[in-house]
Amino acid sequence: MSKQINVALIGNPNTGKTSVFNSLTGLNQKVGNYPGITVDKKEGICKLPRGVKAHIIDLPGTYSLNASSLDENVVIELLLNKNDKDFPDVAVVVTDVENLKRNLLLFTQIKDLEIPTILVINMSDRMAYKGISLDIEHLEERLKTKIALISTRKNTGIGELKELITNYKTLSTEPCMNATSIDKDYFESLQKAFPNQLLYKLWLVITQDVNFGKIDRNTIDAVSDFKTKSKTDLKRLQQKETIKRYQFINDTLKKGQTIDLKSAKDIRIKLDRLLTHKVWGYVIFAAILLLIFQAIYDWAQVPMDFIDSTFASFSEWAKTTLPEGAFSDLIAEGLIPGLGGIVIFIPQIAFLFLFISILEESGYMSRVVFLMDRVMRRFGLSGKSVVPLISGTACAIPAVMATRNIESWKERLITILVTPFMTCSARLPVYLIIIALVIPEGRFLGLSYQALTLMLLYLIGFGAAVGSAYLLSKVLKIKSKSFFVIEMPNYKLPLFKNVAITVIEKTKTFVFEAGKIILAISIILWFLASYGPGEQFNNAETIVQQANPNASETVLNDMIAEHKLEHSYIGIIGKTIEPVIQPLGYDWKIGIGLVTSFAAREVFVGTLATIYSVGSANELDDEDEAMSTIKGRMAEEVHSDGRKVFTFPSGISLLLFYAFAMQCMSTLAIVKRETNSWKWPVYQLVIMSGIAYFVALVAFQILK
Amino acid sequence: MTLAELKRGQQGVITDVSSIHIPLKLLEMGCLPGNSVELVQVAPFSDPMYLNINGSHLAIRKETAVHILIECVDE
Repeated sequence: MSKQINVALIGNPNTGKTSVFNSLTGLNQKVGNYPGITVDKKEGICKLPRGVKAHIIDLPGTYSLNASSLDENVVIELLLNKNDKDFPDVAVVVTDVENLKRNLLLFTQIKDLEIPTILVINMSDRMAYKGISLDIEHLEERLKTKIALISTRKNTGIGELKELITNYKTLSTEPCMNATSIDKDYFESLQKAFPNQLLYKLWLVITQDVNFGKIDRNTIDAVSDFKTKSKTDLKRLQQKETIKRYQFINDTLKKGQTIDLKSAKDIRIKLDRLLTHKVWGYVIFAAILLLIFQAIYDWAQVPMDFIDSTFASFSEWAKTTLPEGAFSDLIAEGLIPGLGGIVIFIPQIAFLFLFISILEESGYMSRVVFLMDRVMRRFGLSGKSVVPLISGTACAIPAVMATRNIESWKERLITILVTPFMTCSARLPVYLIIIALVIPEGRFLGLSYQALTLMLLYLIGFGAAVGSAYLLSKVLKIKSKSFFVIEMPNYKLPLFKNVAITVIEKTKTFVFEAGKIILAISIILWFLASYGPGEQFNNAETIVQQANPNASETVLNDMIAEHKLEHSYIGIIGKTIEPVIQPLGYDWKIGIGLVTSFAAREVFVGTLATIYSVGSANELDDEDEAMSTIKGRMAEEVHSDGRKVFTFPSGISLLLFYAFAMQCMSTLAIVKRETNSWKWPVYQLVIMSGIAYFVALVAFQILK
Repeated sequence: MTLAELKRGQQGVITDVSSIHIPLKLLEMGCLPGNSVELVQVAPFSDPMYLNINGSHLAIRKETAVHILIECVDE
């Protein structure tokens, strides 16, 4: 087999780089992680002419090789490490024909690394519209490269690009300008100290805060015959370099690009006048938010009901078909409902990502950031916190990762810390079942009490997020330069292919990540509930029989099962924490649910389903679907003195506990990775759960 | 005058950029001496500011804009 060509796609954000990636690879792509960090690594395979194959890697968007975020670090780390297995044979720099000047800055830097480089000028379909014409020959000569003029929207030029990649060996590796002339003495002494290294590479190592493996800044600083520079001097030099590069680009474009402004049309000005308007801008944003919530909680209901009933009948089928026994119970009562609890979120998650990706693709999201920055700043957040907070209503995990483009560390950290307060979809099944149990039917102003309660819980979540953000901004003593810049890209009609791929990929990730945890928890739970230490568990039959010699067989079986559960491992755990949660109005069975919920909230319902079905051997005859059966069992559950377990006070207390508590291991793990320390997730866990306990306690004691 | 004083619809030319206060990223996006700048739109309380710098559209906060010196161009 011939060797694959390694291709790296590089480019500024908003240049359609991902569209190029999708055009080249189609669905033949996968998203992974770079080792040790949570930056998405997108790779795919592309078939080239004459049977050649290319391995394409879509690097995170960056404005230059001067990295200021984790995502951007990935780009330089790869480009500077010749030994990396993904080190590109050819770099493909993607630019937008309307922003060529700015986009070329990165291109000139890549050229300085002496990697064969192809320049892709994307969105060529917009040229006539904007009155732009290009002298490709001149540009190719000046930039010492080959140019592919393409349009991913109209699907033109992709063939030429593939042809260029196939013939990458004929590309020039010569830099197109000499950036080191900004300080001759300095760079000469640097080259003298490291005669075998590429000068520009050394310069990047000196100016960046990233880890390059073999050579790092300290080894360079340690060389005696080379005079180092102070940080301020280095920064000044970087500025000079940027100016120098722009001079070269301006010179090049003077002849290479002509823009006839008279024939240029622009709907952007008109749209911006409306969408960023001081009043209408906010009205439109509010309307869009309403539409999103409508979709997530109303339109998604149809497929969700279908999934729900399918899994319920599947579970029923498994129960009747499989031979009786603990293992069958695990499958029918633990695994299938547990997995159903994940699959049921697919419509919501898909809708949410559909909207978010349309808003981002169209360029509207930047306008929201612009509109909201001032408001959010009042709470110690950034305009860019809006996207994570909205995403947080689906799942905190992608939301925390979406904070990466917030420049100020303090604002970013606060956003990460408060996002889990937003009502994520995992809280929803818990809310729904408790609300159905304890909130009476009835209407207020045409809205049902139950719907109002749910809405109130969303507001509580949002209030807790911004409220704690405000407190954190006062408490946290972090000096970080508050700096904010966001590109306002052109408005574009979202490409169906891009949106579809985003929705599929994100949903898939969510399902598999959550699915793994659910699966693990179900098995552990089943084990803990099916085994126990000592006499009480192992001789449950005899003990119960002796205590109740006159009970009928059904009642007896019921009592044995109950006795067993109480003395199983999980029962012991529940009993142990019972004194702590009793003031909140919970019993030891709810305690078990709380404990398992610390892995993931949605496990709660499944856990109670498992526990209550274990404790009730007299099979319910009615053909109710699984959910209402669980509900029925919960409604009948009583304390030892005959009082009902699920009452209005204990229900409200439970709802509030779930609204505030940090019960998601995956989120904690992501926060650990994103903040690079255990300190913040531990704070998050302790403080959020502390608030939850306190609020639930107060609520129960007042209502009781 | 500084960029923060620019009115909506007005144009100017950047004359100096305070190198200590302005991050490199902004320079890389085209905020360099000699480049033209136009205030496209402002959010309430004129913060942040939505600018067209040399054909690049971007938004920055007022606290950053005060570190960019410009010369107003009257049309």
